[in-house]
Amino acid sequence: MSDKQIFHDSEFDLLQKTRWFSGRVAVYGILIFWTVVCLFPIYWTITTSFKMAPNVMQGHLVPLVDFTPRWLGWKSLGLSPDTIWAESTVREEFLKRFTNSTISALASSTLAVILGSMAAYGLSRFRYRFGFMRNPDISFFFLSQLILPPVVLALPFLVLYKQLDLLDTSIGLVMLYTLTVLPIVIWIMRDQFSSIPVELEEAALVDGLSIWGAFLTIVLPIALPGMVAAFILCLVLTWNEYFFAALLTSTDAKTLPVMVASQTGSQGINWWAMAALSTAAILPLIIIGIVLERYIIKGMAAGAVK
Amino acid sequence: MSKEGDLLHVVTFDDMTPMRLRLGKLLIWGSAAVMALTFAALALAEAGYIGLEFENWRPALYGFLFWSVCLCIAQVVLHGEQGKRTLFVLPAALFVVAMVIFPLVFALGIAFSDWNLSSPTGRQFNGFDNVRQMWGDPFYWNALKNMAYYTLAILVEYAVAFGLALLLASDIKARKFFRVAFLMPLMLSPVAVSWMVGKSMMEIRFGPLARLARWLGWERPSFFGDPEVARAMIMMMDAWTFIPFMMIMILAGLQAIPRELQEAARVDGASAWRGFWEITFPLMLPVSITAILIRIIFKLKLADIIINVTSGGPGGATDSVTSFIFREYRDRSNVGYGTLLAIVYLVLIVVAITTFMKLVDRWMNPRY
Repeated sequence: MSDKQIFHDSEFDLLQKTRWFSGRVAVYGILIFWTVVCLFPIYWTITTSFKMAPNVMQGHLVPLVDFTPRWLGWKSLGLSPDTIWAESTVREEFLKRFTNSTISALASSTLAVILGSMAAYGLSRFRYRFGFMRNPDISFFFLSQLILPPVVLALPFLVLYKQLDLLDTSIGLVMLYTLTVLPIVIWIMRDQFSSIPVELEEAALVDGLSIWGAFLTIVLPIALPGMVAAFILCLVLTWNEYFFAALLTSTDAKTLPVMVASQTGSQGINWWAMAALSTAAILPLIIIGIVLERYIIKGMAAGAVK
Repeated sequence: MSKEGDLLHVVTFDDMTPMRLRLGKLLIWGSAAVMALTFAALALAEAGYIGLEFENWRPALYGFLFWSVCLCIAQVVLHGEQGKRTLFVLPAALFVVAMVIFPLVFALGIAFSDWNLSSPTGRQFNGFDNVRQMWGDPFYWNALKNMAYYTLAILVEYAVAFGLALLLASDIKARKFFRVAFLMPLMLSPVAVSWMVGKSMMEIRFGPLARLARWLGWERPSFFGDPEVARAMIMMMDAWTFIPFMMIMILAGLQAIPRELQEAARVDGASAWRGFWEITFPLMLPVSITAILIRIIFKLKLADIIINVTSGGPGGATDSVTSFIFREYRDRSNVGYGTLLAIVYLVLIVVAITTFMKLVDRWMNPRY
């Protein structure tokens, strides 16, 4: 038994190994760096909502190590453990805005998904002629709405809604939101439907279903994942919408982003209060993002790959 | 796919009795008449010719809804099976026409008038005064110039997004975790981001980013004092929220490319670098262009962050067109001028995007 090792890696292979290893380090380094970039603001906001003035000023970062978490920020929203059962006007206000946002987002996304799926199905299966417009023109007509910047519609709608007495109502907001997300739904769903073989509906029709029957009972269940994807994307866009809400709502139908925006200036260094409000505003979508990430990615990928 | 006829072809037996045809026509024209009557009554009442009092124009909306429903029913009555197919597209089409075409026509009317919503005089037609005012408005041109800068920043965003997508598509552990983490900024509302990043993290005394900047040697960090820096900060915040969007699209494109192509290139002796530039990148061009185009469209709507962080300052250096019009309206509540600016913006966008698409089309499908 000699001490000398007989079989060993050649010089070249060892070099490869270090190169592979340093490559791995670089890859994970970048990935972790970007994860920090993406998550730090969220972490910062959530932890700040538990801070007090000295913590903010001394730049404490890690709860329990740097500072003891306090419910100060949440108390100012009326959502801390000791205030949650008490009367609180701030909480009332917050919950009202939260409900408004939820209603606007859910209703407009639902409406957009219904209208959009129907239109997309029709366009992917039948040939139409509306005057001079044929299928490609109709599709283009729908998709071109994406280009329309909201500012073009905002002021005319302000005037129109004033005449129609729809200013500061959720219905008015829902109709506008539906309009803004409709092209996205049609885009995603057109892709979905064209990937479903026509033979399925043909079989259903032979078996005696009507066209609408086949659409509702055969096609829709298959396209459901796509619809969920479209729905979630709409939800994200409408929940976060600020511009129309800022212009068209004032007291009754004001949504959460408008509330957040109206508080940013007035708080000074009371960061804990703003942080709690921001956290409450972004939390629903963060949860949706984590739980339904698969669908979001599916939805955004739908148009990209033909 | 066949160009002629329906993809889902069905032979139907439709026996349209004259009675049914008449009923359908009656439905369309009858409801149209009801709608027209409502409009006329409202207009007359507003002008004061008839003694009816309406609180608002909502009856006109109900009139339109009634007509739309009747039009949809009439399709089935008139055309039978064919009509049922029209029903798939008609509701969406009616909705979009009512919500876009009509307001746009209305906007054209507003654009050439002086209309202060809070003044009692109401709308005053003022011809081309608004155009002249726009021509001499340095802030509007400045905002347009800023939009050009903001749009150019997309190239950097695209590069970053492509890099991240390549990393995510490569052979890594915990891919799902990284994907979720990278997706997160997209879920946040721009308003929340403008507080979280713009107002607190970039706060010059206590913000963590200011601390970081000081630690890196920037003595007196000020993120929104200098015009160039402020613009770059807005770009970065916007990029931060939207890079995931491009990244996901590019990732989907990358995953659709068969692995064999890269493997074949590797066998033929291509380095990773050449393999990327000569195989992956060209194959990704269509996806890239779609992603960039959609990103441009979203970028042109940029406003929320600017309104909430800098409100255009310093000296209009960060203004986007949308935020400028928003402030213009909020400060002077003049609908007319703002609408004209918006319409000019729309025309510019349509021209620019059409040119862009034509150029891309020429470049992707060269005709020799």
